[in-house]
Amino acid sequence: MAAEPALIYDSAKTRGVAVEEIRSIIRYKDLLMQLIRRDIVARYKRSTLGVLWTMLNPLGTMIILSIVFSRLFNMRGVYPAYIITGLVAWNFFAQTTQFSLNTTLWGSGLYHKIYMPRTAFILSVTGGGLVNVGFALVPLVLIFLFTGVPLRVSALLLPFAVLLLAMFALGFSLLLSTATVFFPDVAEFFPVLISAWMYLTPIIYPEELLMDVLNGWILKINPLYHLIKIFRMVLFDGVVPSGMEWLVAFLIAAITMVIGWLVFTNKSKSFGYYG
Amino acid sequence: MAEPFLTEPDDETAVFLRDISVEYRIPTERIGTIKEYIIKRVTGKIHHQSFYALKEVNLSVQRGEIFGVIGRNGAGKSTLLKVISRVLYPTTGRVWIKGIVSPLLELGAGFHPELTGMENIFLNGTLLGHSRADIKSKIPEILDFSEIGDFINAPIRTYSSGMVARLGFSVATAWQPDILILDEVLSVGDTGFQKKCSIRMQQLIKGDATVLLVTHSPTLIAELCTKAVLMDHGRIVSSGTGAEISASYLKLLEG
Repeated sequence: MAAEPALIYDSAKTRGVAVEEIRSIIRYKDLLMQLIRRDIVARYKRSTLGVLWTMLNPLGTMIILSIVFSRLFNMRGVYPAYIITGLVAWNFFAQTTQFSLNTTLWGSGLYHKIYMPRTAFILSVTGGGLVNVGFALVPLVLIFLFTGVPLRVSALLLPFAVLLLAMFALGFSLLLSTATVFFPDVAEFFPVLISAWMYLTPIIYPEELLMDVLNGWILKINPLYHLIKIFRMVLFDGVVPSGMEWLVAFLIAAITMVIGWLVFTNKSKSFGYYG
Repeated sequence: MAEPFLTEPDDETAVFLRDISVEYRIPTERIGTIKEYIIKRVTGKIHHQSFYALKEVNLSVQRGEIFGVIGRNGAGKSTLLKVISRVLYPTTGRVWIKGIVSPLLELGAGFHPELTGMENIFLNGTLLGHSRADIKSKIPEILDFSEIGDFINAPIRTYSSGMVARLGFSVATAWQPDILILDEVLSVGDTGFQKKCSIRMQQLIKGDATVLLVTHSPTLIAELCTKAVLMDHGRIVSSGTGAEISASYLKLLEG
């Protein structure tokens, strides 16, 4: 401790808040780990089945949806595997953004008390979401085995598909949280938006269903369609996405993340003046 | 009133503030939705009232000083502390700070009720910017000082409020900060623990820390502080030795 050189903070010499925040996050990396741990441990602390719920949750939803919809969409045999693949990807996005919103509302109390990099809470929620995806892959693999849908080599590309989804979720969460600080109504409105968004994204139905709507543009303008498609291609379809498909997904994810980071870090200076 | 300050921080400076203003803009009517905001923005109907919590504050505190800040309620003392502890980013001006600032004003902020005392030590320690390894090495000391005993492995929600405060104080003071911020007098736990607290505080003060003491009490300022400033209406109205400022504060109160 004593050997550490004294840290100098000088608001006149900071190289832009977005870069400063990255430096600060690196210094506070242990805080990130603690927050991820806290979210996972505290969430299930009082339940008997604990972390098992992360696996039971998508399984339960999948079973209900399979019973209700498998006849409707005429995908009887493979429907459970199709749906759980989409659900794991969707849940990651929906939960990460919703938790980020909650954590901004909760964490804003701390914002007024002590200094810490403001992005820490949202980064940790995204990190926690990634851990949950890991857990959710267990029931997913079980369903694949159970229904005889083969897992092919392309599944090895899954980490990249998840990474792209995480980048998008992070960027979107940062934008959403910034908006919430200035407009508290966003928190009330978001659950409506997210359920509408889910029904507009092919999660529980095959994408062919929307191909004719507005010439397919209803899908093309939906960023999550492209990201979840990649996720489903490598897992469920067992094919490697084309270079173009990777590029589109990467651009969506990277641009959203960078814009989210810039907006959040620049606006977070004035968070102290609200709430 | 003219206040002597450096134009640039030097080797012995701990805190250096230059032309700091904190301006709150209060919309005259509340805007809660984006739609409302856009409509009003476009039609130019957003009206603000300006309120300066701090106005053109210049301050420099040298290392090792016990520096007092005194003033009436609403004079801007807490806002000044928030700027120094980097919780509030000033509207204008330059903030220069050397070293780790320990905001003792928020004991146990960030404790999670479902986590055990031990888990919360790590959570709180990392929130204060310490590394995991660093916290680990302080655990015996924190346990010893807080007198939590076997409860350390029970969730915090089972603690009494005194226990929570003791644990918070023990974590917050386990490290020797470079700059220690004291808001009023700390009273934690029963008399026995309070005595321990004040001994710990004195150790921290002696251990090379720069201390910023914020108070209403002219006696404390006169007794403890080597230097002090008097604040009123968001401005520093005078600065001098603890005794001088204590006298000017009393004069201000008499009007």
